[in-house]
Amino acid sequence: MKVVLQNLTKVFVGYHRKKKEEVIAVNDFTFEIPDGKLIGLLGPSGCGKSTTLNLISGLEKPTAGRIFFGEDDVTDLPPEHRGVGLVFQNYALYPHLTVRQNILFPLENLRGREKLSKEQMQERAMNAAKLVQIEELMDRKPGELSGGQQQRVAIARALVKEPRVLLLDEPLSNLDARLRLRTREEIRRIQRETKVTTIFVTHDQEEAMSICDFIVVMKAGVVHQIGKPQEVYDHPVNLFVAKFLGTPPINVFEGQVKDETLYIGEEAVLAVKGAKDGEVYVGIRPEGFVPAADGALTCSLKGVEVTGRDTTIVSSHPLSLNTEIRSVMTAETVVPAGADRVRFALKPNKVKIFSRETEEAIPFEE
Amino acid sequence: MDNRNQKGWLYLLPALLFLGVFMVYPLADVLIYSFEEGYNFASQTFFGVGWYNYSYVLHDPYFLQAVKNTFLIVLITVPLSTLIALLISALLSSIKPLRNLFQTIYFLPYVTNTLAVGLVFMILFRKTPYTDGLVNLVIRLFGGSAVDFIDGPYWAKMFVMCFYTIWVVMPFKILILTGALASVRQDYYKAAKIDGTPRLRVFFRITLPMISPMIFYLVITGFIGAFKAYSDEVAIFGTDLNAAGMNTIVGYVYDMLYGNSGGYPSYASAAALILFAVVFTITVINLLISQKNVHY
Amino acid sequence: MLTQNELQRQEKSAAVRNGVVGGLTYFFLTVWALIVLFPFYWMVLTSVKSYGSYNAERIPAFFTKQPTLQNYADAFTSVPLAKYFLNTLIFTVATTAVMMAVIVLAAYAFARLEFVGKNITFALFLSLMMIPNELVVITNFVTITNLGLRNTFTGLILPSVTSVFYIYLLKENFEQVPDELYRAAKVDGTSDLKYLFKVMIPISRPTIVTIVILKVIECWNAYVWPRLITDDPAYFLVSNGIQEIRENGFGRENVPAMMAAVVAVSVPLIVLFLIFRKKIMEGVSRGGIKG
Repeated sequence: MKVVLQNLTKVFVGYHRKKKEEVIAVNDFTFEIPDGKLIGLLGPSGCGKSTTLNLISGLEKPTAGRIFFGEDDVTDLPPEHRGVGLVFQNYALYPHLTVRQNILFPLENLRGREKLSKEQMQERAMNAAKLVQIEELMDRKPGELSGGQQQRVAIARALVKEPRVLLLDEPLSNLDARLRLRTREEIRRIQRETKVTTIFVTHDQEEAMSICDFIVVMKAGVVHQIGKPQEVYDHPVNLFVAKFLGTPPINVFEGQVKDETLYIGEEAVLAVKGAKDGEVYVGIRPEGFVPAADGALTCSLKGVEVTGRDTTIVSSHPLSLNTEIRSVMTAETVVPAGADRVRFALKPNKVKIFSRETEEAIPFEE
Repeated sequence: MDNRNQKGWLYLLPALLFLGVFMVYPLADVLIYSFEEGYNFASQTFFGVGWYNYSYVLHDPYFLQAVKNTFLIVLITVPLSTLIALLISALLSSIKPLRNLFQTIYFLPYVTNTLAVGLVFMILFRKTPYTDGLVNLVIRLFGGSAVDFIDGPYWAKMFVMCFYTIWVVMPFKILILTGALASVRQDYYKAAKIDGTPRLRVFFRITLPMISPMIFYLVITGFIGAFKAYSDEVAIFGTDLNAAGMNTIVGYVYDMLYGNSGGYPSYASAAALILFAVVFTITVINLLISQKNVHY
Repeated sequence: MLTQNELQRQEKSAAVRNGVVGGLTYFFLTVWALIVLFPFYWMVLTSVKSYGSYNAERIPAFFTKQPTLQNYADAFTSVPLAKYFLNTLIFTVATTAVMMAVIVLAAYAFARLEFVGKNITFALFLSLMMIPNELVVITNFVTITNLGLRNTFTGLILPSVTSVFYIYLLKENFEQVPDELYRAAKVDGTSDLKYLFKVMIPISRPTIVTIVILKVIECWNAYVWPRLITDDPAYFLVSNGIQEIRENGFGRENVPAMMAAVVAVSVPLIVLFLIFRKKIMEGVSRGGIKG
């Protein structure tokens, strides 16, 4: 089921000391989520991603705009008629019911033509349980399960109604680091098997990048960029998106473009054909630095961190906005030891330039 | 070390002293009293030791009346007040405008002097040669005939008694239940809404089980409180509860101790211990039931 | 899936149902509010009706055209209501003050000091919580009578200056204060008593205020013990005073004056409640059991 959001806007009206205050949580969203894909709503906290999820689920009514599931306009439908399944951040499993009863709960609400027989319900519940591999836990109470198991139960409960759209709100944030890795693979697998259009909200860019077909990067109620993870990473539309994606984060410098050449301080670091003259921010991905004796960019060397798999050179530069510049290279790279300066050549495709005024990306020919 | 020991006990001393004199000693003493037969308060002498006091109390028609009254009050007011409080708290939790105002109003009986407000209830329900009173006016309006609720038939008196008791215990129950309802996480309701769960089903399948520990707490404390009913009775029917036929077990204890029929601490002790045994048994039963039914 | 038409119909009936439910909700809540408020209204109303006009009403009137304050004057002159107030005030302040001193010291000993037998003593304290007042009142009555303390403030106050429950509440609260503070104070050479007054009590103020409020309410409404221990009206508290007025009245039964006395007795606590509404409700829900 394809999901279309059209000029979706949500304004919260609150009263602070009797003064009316409006907060625009979601501002004029328009985008289309293709059928059967896993997409991640990504942004820092307070960017409106959870509100977007609530609008899609029907828990909140939009101030303006429409929501379509396929060809159906669901904007005015209550949640139960939309056919959505929602997994909550803290799972919201009913603590007094067993796993089985929790999974059966949504089915028992179905009325009229959709009503199921006892056997059908049991079968559907068992199928959902098998899908998330919790068949043997059916008679336990949520309190007796680990966080990861509770997560699976919550997903089973959301899937048992065979929803048209599955929504996950920060599904991994309550799990420890190891479980998080496993669970995100699990979500990917379940999504592939069920082929249900899945929207998931997270503030963790790595999580989103690793499993999503598409990501939507948001900030302060506005969508900044939509695309496949690699595309967004390689071609961020503005400084925010560039800074938000990638670990270690992108290194940002103050620089200028003069005569199609990029300068950081006095050093001409890269030819940027097609870029106009002006003050810019220069973003260089950690993997964009190549140590070279005749490299164009000179930094003060602060240290070298070796992890075995790769090597990180930690350095600094007066025009860098990051306190330290981290550049990552393969472990084979020979690092000049003992020196107090290091010179880098730059990989053109790992360098992004942004207007100092608008922070929009400035295209150039590599 | 010795010094520190002394300091600890020194800080505890006042509390130990007061508890010893006014709680621990009386506890032993009440047992002794209850077995001293023919105890004379003035000369502080007695003839023998035995179960006579208990037997006297259990055969005293005033005591039996008091037991009947107390049990009726307990059995009527505890379930009823809990149910009404549950309904009101649920309704209260479902609204936003005026909620604070309602909450404040509902709490008022808690901070009023029960003796004082009891007088108002008496005036409202009373029928005198001059006037039928306000409640009877309303009854007439609906085509009934006037009843004297204060000096009239037993059921009418019991009705006022229960009505007033419920009025008095409501604030505490509403307060506790609205608190319990507010502590149920909103996510559960959102999850239920996504699944299109009907209102009543949400209430019975989610809300009620979630707040069941608090409901049991209220039932248990409600039982204990209602078994000790006394001052509310005095408030409505005056100090001579035996004459009004509305005495309670606690009232019987005090009457035996003091007042027109007083001066018999042995009978009072026996009655008090019987009451304690009853309350204790019922509390234990309540706890057993609640352990079976509270799920997490 | 349901068709668009069915959905619209369902939506409509759901909207109607929501409206009805909302209306009924406010209806029930208002009914209960009226049941709660009506006695208050009636006592204020009756208290401003003149003696003559009240007795002339065969059918009670819901308002009065000529309100009078005469009944309040009567209530304070023909019965010693002012004296009852003063007694209650003395009783409340003295009981609460002594109790606070006793329980603060005890709670501090349990929460902070180390001494042999602490745990077993605390367990014994807790087990005392189960003992109902009714059981010990008999002996206390005899004790106070034998000590010749009937009709004295000492006799009124003494049995209610400790509360195991409040010691427990306060001890739990004291234990929340981090150990580091105590150690730091000890390093600086602070005495235990100074630490208690300068650190523990200020930090635990909310709980202490809660306990004071609960105790004040309890004292103001005290009836059973004062009734047993006083028969001299010079030592009556308001509850006993009200009962006395009810039984012996103003020489004749004077309902409006009686209601004036009732209003006068009720007002202080209601005012206190309206001022400290949040604190009182919080305090009660945290552990207040009436009586």
